[in-house]
Amino acid sequence: MSPVFYFLAALTVAGGLAAVLLRNLVHCALAVTVSFAGLALLFLSLDAQFAGFAQILIYIGAVAILVVFAILLTRGAELPGGAIFSRTWIAGLVIAAGVFALLGWAVIESARALPTYAAAPTVSVHDIGLALVGRYVLPLEIVALLLTSATIGAVIVAMHEKEPSR
Amino acid sequence: MLGEGILKGMLETAKNFAGSYVSKERMVTVEYPEERAPLPEASRNFPFLVYDGKDWEAGLRCVACQICEKECPPKCIYIDKSADKKPDAVGKPQFYPTRFDIDISVCMSCQICVEVCPFEAIKMDKEFELATDDRFGGLLLDRQQLARSNEYYHQIHPVEAAEVDTRLAEERAAAEAKAKAAAEAAAAKAAAAKAAAEAKGAAEPKPADKPKPPAGGGA
Amino acid sequence: MARTLDQIFILFKDWIVSFLPSSLQPVAGVILGVIGILAVFPTLFALTTVFERKGLARMQNRLGPNRVGPFGFLQPIADGIKALTKEDVVPFSADNFVHFLAPLVLVVAVFMGFAILPVGRNMQLVDMDAGLLFFFAMGASTEISIFMAGWSSRNKYSLLGAMRAVAQMISYEIPLLLSSIAVVMITGSLSLPKIVAAQAGYTGIWPHWYVFTPWGFGAFLMFAVAAMAETNRTPFDLPEGESELVAGYFTEYSGFKFALFFLGEYLGMFSISGIAVTLFLGGWAAPFSFLTWVPSWIWFFAKVMTAIFVFIWVRGTLPRVRQDQLMNFAWKFVLPYTLLVLFVTALWRFMGEGWERWVVCSAILIVAYVIMGRLQMSRRKFAPRSYRYAE
Repeated sequence: MSPVFYFLAALTVAGGLAAVLLRNLVHCALAVTVSFAGLALLFLSLDAQFAGFAQILIYIGAVAILVVFAILLTRGAELPGGAIFSRTWIAGLVIAAGVFALLGWAVIESARALPTYAAAPTVSVHDIGLALVGRYVLPLEIVALLLTSATIGAVIVAMHEKEPSR
Repeated sequence: MLGEGILKGMLETAKNFAGSYVSKERMVTVEYPEERAPLPEASRNFPFLVYDGKDWEAGLRCVACQICEKECPPKCIYIDKSADKKPDAVGKPQFYPTRFDIDISVCMSCQICVEVCPFEAIKMDKEFELATDDRFGGLLLDRQQLARSNEYYHQIHPVEAAEVDTRLAEERAAAEAKAKAAAEAAAAKAAAAKAAAEAKGAAEPKPADKPKPPAGGGA
Repeated sequence: MARTLDQIFILFKDWIVSFLPSSLQPVAGVILGVIGILAVFPTLFALTTVFERKGLARMQNRLGPNRVGPFGFLQPIADGIKALTKEDVVPFSADNFVHFLAPLVLVVAVFMGFAILPVGRNMQLVDMDAGLLFFFAMGASTEISIFMAGWSSRNKYSLLGAMRAVAQMISYEIPLLLSSIAVVMITGSLSLPKIVAAQAGYTGIWPHWYVFTPWGFGAFLMFAVAAMAETNRTPFDLPEGESELVAGYFTEYSGFKFALFFLGEYLGMFSISGIAVTLFLGGWAAPFSFLTWVPSWIWFFAKVMTAIFVFIWVRGTLPRVRQDQLMNFAWKFVLPYTLLVLFVTALWRFMGEGWERWVVCSAILIVAYVIMGRLQMSRRKFAPRSYRYAE
């Protein structure tokens, strides 16, 4: 548990907390971007170069932009009238604690199952590529199909608005 | 084909780029203040007073008739008439301005003062580099600052100055001719009257001691 | 001798680092490299501003700035002093925190992009396995800063400019990535020094640059168009359209922050030109085999400055493209053509050596370009314009 890990973990958690606690919606979006960046840096600190840079490229470069556009194009940029904390916050806290406990148990169990002093395998991009088109080609093709259908759906939904012209 | 127009355009721009180093006619930039674009003949900025000859005070054509002061739309001309008279170019005694101020921060270069002046005394200058840091009196030009010689007028507006000069010369010549004719007529009249009086005096007997009535009123 | 000159900066760095204890040496080496990047690229930026102004001026038959220094070459110093001493005006209702951070995020993201650029033989700051991916990740981070700048100014023109800029950047990011994937396919590696090394061979005197192959030329063309759109350069400079949106998303910035945005934009231009040179134009390799005695870093910078000159040339030639024309062009021409280039690259790879693959690939690409070009130009319908509002 190096100091780098503690710092990055603190950054990610702080970003997440800020994303739910801040008033201004765009500030929340930027805070969630910070937590994405923290995640990417955690990947990099584990020597997973491809995962880290793909995280930045996709999450910060596309997902955060999408979130921001959604806020801008709707009326979300106005300050919320009511309080930030909802009235049913106890139920939310219980559910969140339950999910956290489950995930934490799963992670610790899997960590115990792995040998502790094995050298971390250096996975190069070449290996990832080979795995994607070798062992994992079916999930790859399914994801491609999913993306294509999403794109077509987006085009159809956007095209629908052009019908009632004149 | 897509992109053809872009390539043609880029070729044109490249020609411009290379040509600007090679040929001088391409560059239309006038590098002020080292070079100045020539002003056209009829351009005008603020008025000035014309004087003939060497002495600006004596040769000033203005006779303080105050027409330009009255006609000026923003009323930027301030004239004080003199008490005495001095002879002008034709020799006729005229008033002269003891104070002739133009406030060029107010002047709008409409040229009305030039159009109404009967004596061709005020004309438009082309000078535009008149900026000053004296904001209280620097833009109020007095008589001496406004006076410029006729040669200067010829320099800046050659065609106009030549025309004005010919007209003034004609007027002067006409005035002189008229004066000469009047003088000749008067002289002829005097000579005729004198001859008549002498003739009359010679026809009558001359008593030496009789007081003679004066001949013809002596004119 | 040529070898020494080529590696002179590496030797210099090694000599300085040798004075330090061996535990500090890697860190010191990296710090020296960072100092080198920080010294070279902003200086190039300063020179480029003068070149741009004088170049554009000459193309428009007028003189550029010629008062400060010989032929105006000290103009950036005057500009820098002006930017530093101007009053920093922040609008009253602006979001101060985000307004302050936006130029910082931009400059940081752009400077990071220089870390993997192979400026000469053995002269990259970091040799990462996924170097190209790192570069595109940093390029994507600049979009967030543009949005931050536009939104925090609380100015509808800035916001409009920011949204247009972000829409433009994400539309052209896909062709940018896909055309570089073509290079990665042939080379088999994402690491930039390996890509340059694959282009550093010669057949006779002719170099092996990828731009001289049919697929490479098509990919380079698409990369160039997408690069111009990514860096918001004319003809794609609608976000900073000076005649329309004042200055777009950096309207409300003055003084040094404006200078930082300017710096970020030009440095982005440099880094994308550097990547284009690395991927397609052979990086630091000499153009002819008899010119390899010239140091590699000279070739790299010569090629990058040529690319910058082409950027300036296009800026002086073309008018601005409208937003809908821009998006149309991206999704209906550039993206399909880039996918076709990818397909042709695969074809090239699997057809094996010989003249057939040259003919087949060139034919496919040229015919497709002409057909798609015709299609694009005939798409001009004079129908009443339809407006779409967000519900």
